[in-house]
Amino acid sequence: MSTTGIESWAVDLKDVGALYPFQGTEGLFLIIGVVLWIGWHVLQMRAEKADYDGIVGRHGDDASINEALEGD
Amino acid sequence: MEGNLNALTTVFTEFYYWATIPLMFFIHIGFCMYEVGASRRRNHMHTLMKNTMLIPLVTITFFFFGWWLYWAMPNGPWITGGLDLAAGAANTPWSETMGPNAGDRITGVFWAAFLLFSWTAASIVSGSVIERINSGAFWILAVVIGSVAWIIDAAWGWHYGGWMVQLLGYHDAYASGVIHAIAGGFALGILVVLGPRLGKFAADGTPRDINPHNPWMVCIGLFLIYAGFWGFYVACNVPIIDPPTIGGQITGDTWTATTIYLTPTTLGAITVNFLMSLSGGLLAGYLVSRGNAFWTYSGGLAGIITASAGNDLYHPIHAMIIGGFGTYCAYKLHFWVERKFKIDDAVGAVAVHGYAGFIGLVVCGFVLWGHPSSPYEGYATINPLGQFVGAIIMFFVLGFLPGWVIAKILATAGMLRIPKQVELLGLDFANNRDEQAAAADVRETEKAAV
Repeated sequence: MSTTGIESWAVDLKDVGALYPFQGTEGLFLIIGVVLWIGWHVLQMRAEKADYDGIVGRHGDDASINEALEGD
Repeated sequence: MEGNLNALTTVFTEFYYWATIPLMFFIHIGFCMYEVGASRRRNHMHTLMKNTMLIPLVTITFFFFGWWLYWAMPNGPWITGGLDLAAGAANTPWSETMGPNAGDRITGVFWAAFLLFSWTAASIVSGSVIERINSGAFWILAVVIGSVAWIIDAAWGWHYGGWMVQLLGYHDAYASGVIHAIAGGFALGILVVLGPRLGKFAADGTPRDINPHNPWMVCIGLFLIYAGFWGFYVACNVPIIDPPTIGGQITGDTWTATTIYLTPTTLGAITVNFLMSLSGGLLAGYLVSRGNAFWTYSGGLAGIITASAGNDLYHPIHAMIIGGFGTYCAYKLHFWVERKFKIDDAVGAVAVHGYAGFIGLVVCGFVLWGHPSSPYEGYATINPLGQFVGAIIMFFVLGFLPGWVIAKILATAGMLRIPKQVELLGLDFANNRDEQAAAADVRETEKAAV
């Protein structure tokens, strides 16, 4: 029993193809990967908006902006 | 992989493409350096992260669907044939050849070489939009250019069976159009919607200089891009192949290196032409900018980019002159477009990549007029009209148009541009303030310990 399907190297390499484990589940892992990718964008966009809202709320006054511009 | 010669060829090809990949990393290091160097102090770290995070996003999406597009779409589809599902099947994310596979040593390294081109396309766009784009919006745009638009153009015009090669005689050996013109056009499409940085233009429309905080760092960044460009050039070739494997009109058994179109060239040719076009660009950039370091270095890059379409075949002096000509035009066009259309391209990426790439394609059509675009029978030969149409497709159809449309959608959703106050405060404002507070706290503690 081996997750890769290879249980011994007593083989002719020309007969060997895929080496990775859990062959046959590529489609499932693709779905998981795509969900993670889309989810990352959603979480990131939410977090970025919240960050900017927070900055504008706390420091968006003229005095803070002028201070920041002086320091640039 | 039976037979010693076959084994040697395969392993050499595997190692050849692998070696291009760490070299091409330098392109990305260079882009990060010059983009951060061009930004103002209050935006440094966000600028760095905006560029850095395109790496994982373009990588995973290029694995998910970008690579399949390249193999499935050379016919359009429906221009010279349908979707090539047979070729695409071996390059889907669920294909056995996309994972560790003892029977396939090439797909992985070939995929990665193309992926580094994808990063480059997205990174070109990144510099032009600094200091006011929402990072999340940029990363969506990066996926569109890096894993969709450029790879479709590669299937059409940078593939031995691409419809543009067959019908137009399109020739773009080192990617003047398929990387640079498209990325420049895409950036321009975004910039039209995004608008300039606050303060870039006076009330009467006169552009102001927003100087890089560190011009030296910008120039060294460009120097690193030159270094990485070697990997880019080498990765555009097939290192060793014999005529029977090509299966075209070439007779005999003489092995050769070829372009991506499987047309013969040599590494020697592209090495000399790379250096001569770089030199032509540097010389012209220095003169036209009166010794401005940023534009001289950018001129070197524009020189290579202009000559790249035909650098497999040009005489070295052609490469030098073409590189210089493209640099001169790109420089002039940058400032003309800036004044005329109020476009704030923070690093000149549209000019250096977009205009130079476009011009390079057109020039190639004249200089290589009549040369066979392919070793296969029935393909159009290289010609000015085909190259001009190709340049339009690259810059406008697959570049400007998708960039403009996606940016417009993001802008309509209020997601494209950061709030005005944040732009003025600086993207790093909150981090900088926290760091200053932490430093002050430590300082006070240390003073108390005296």
